[in-house]
Amino acid sequence: MSGMGGAGGGWTGAVRRRVVRALPPEKLLPDTQPAYMASWIYVFGVLTVAALIVVLLTGGVLALKGPAWWHVSGAGKYVNGLHLWSVELFMFFMVIHLWGKFFMAAWRGRRALTWVTGAVCFFTSIGAAFTGYLVQQNFDSQWIAGQAKDGLNSVGIGAFFNVLDFGQMLMWHIVLLPLVLGLLAIWHILLVRWRGIVPPIDAATIDPADATTREAAR
Amino acid sequence: MTALPYFYPGARLFAAPIDLNGAGRYVHWGVVQLSVANLVIIGLMLVVFMAALLLPFPRGRGRR
Repeated sequence: MSGMGGAGGGWTGAVRRRVVRALPPEKLLPDTQPAYMASWIYVFGVLTVAALIVVLLTGGVLALKGPAWWHVSGAGKYVNGLHLWSVELFMFFMVIHLWGKFFMAAWRGRRALTWVTGAVCFFTSIGAAFTGYLVQQNFDSQWIAGQAKDGLNSVGIGAFFNVLDFGQMLMWHIVLLPLVLGLLAIWHILLVRWRGIVPPIDAATIDPADATTREAAR
Repeated sequence: MTALPYFYPGARLFAAPIDLNGAGRYVHWGVVQLSVANLVIIGLMLVVFMAALLLPFPRGRGRR
């Protein structure tokens, strides 16, 4: 049996060595960051993640109690309100994060995949929000479903993605889209840790593959 | 859990600052139609974005 750092160990050992090489503990959970990160614009990524956690927790409570709970219970209405407003904040913070990263060209320095996973997260979130509108079980959701049905039928996908089918939309909203969004968000954050925070355009170039965040802070 | 009556002490304090019971107001700009509520949120996002760029970030103790 080989040690942690040695060769061998089959595919599990190979995966472990590769993961530890790409994301050593001091890079995965750094205690210092580059000096250029001392700006409020760098705060919006973590604010987005914090809002997403509240969205997932309150959505989990709503899923436990059922989709009609918030219509018949004050506590249900309160949790539904938390879910709504955490989504509002999630979108608010995510858009500012997107603007900030766009104007600092955050795909520089081999960070294209970080940018792409963030963009796909954004579009997945829009899908999750729209299916959320559809499962409110009120006149608002009926109206939205009626309008969306015409739009989706006009592009030929109404038979596969039927917005009038409450069960299908509920499953998309509480299973498929949160799963995809959660995995993408984790991938996005790991990529940020791997490649490092993007420096300002006029800052000295730091090769993220060679520099840990601790070294970059010096 | 019973809901609070519509009028209770402090109701005005917690009420929405604008009447939300009527039809929404929209801004029309060619083919673009935008609710005033969404326009306000977009404006707020721009304000927060500019503030994030311009406001100084507090420096922690021992930070270089």
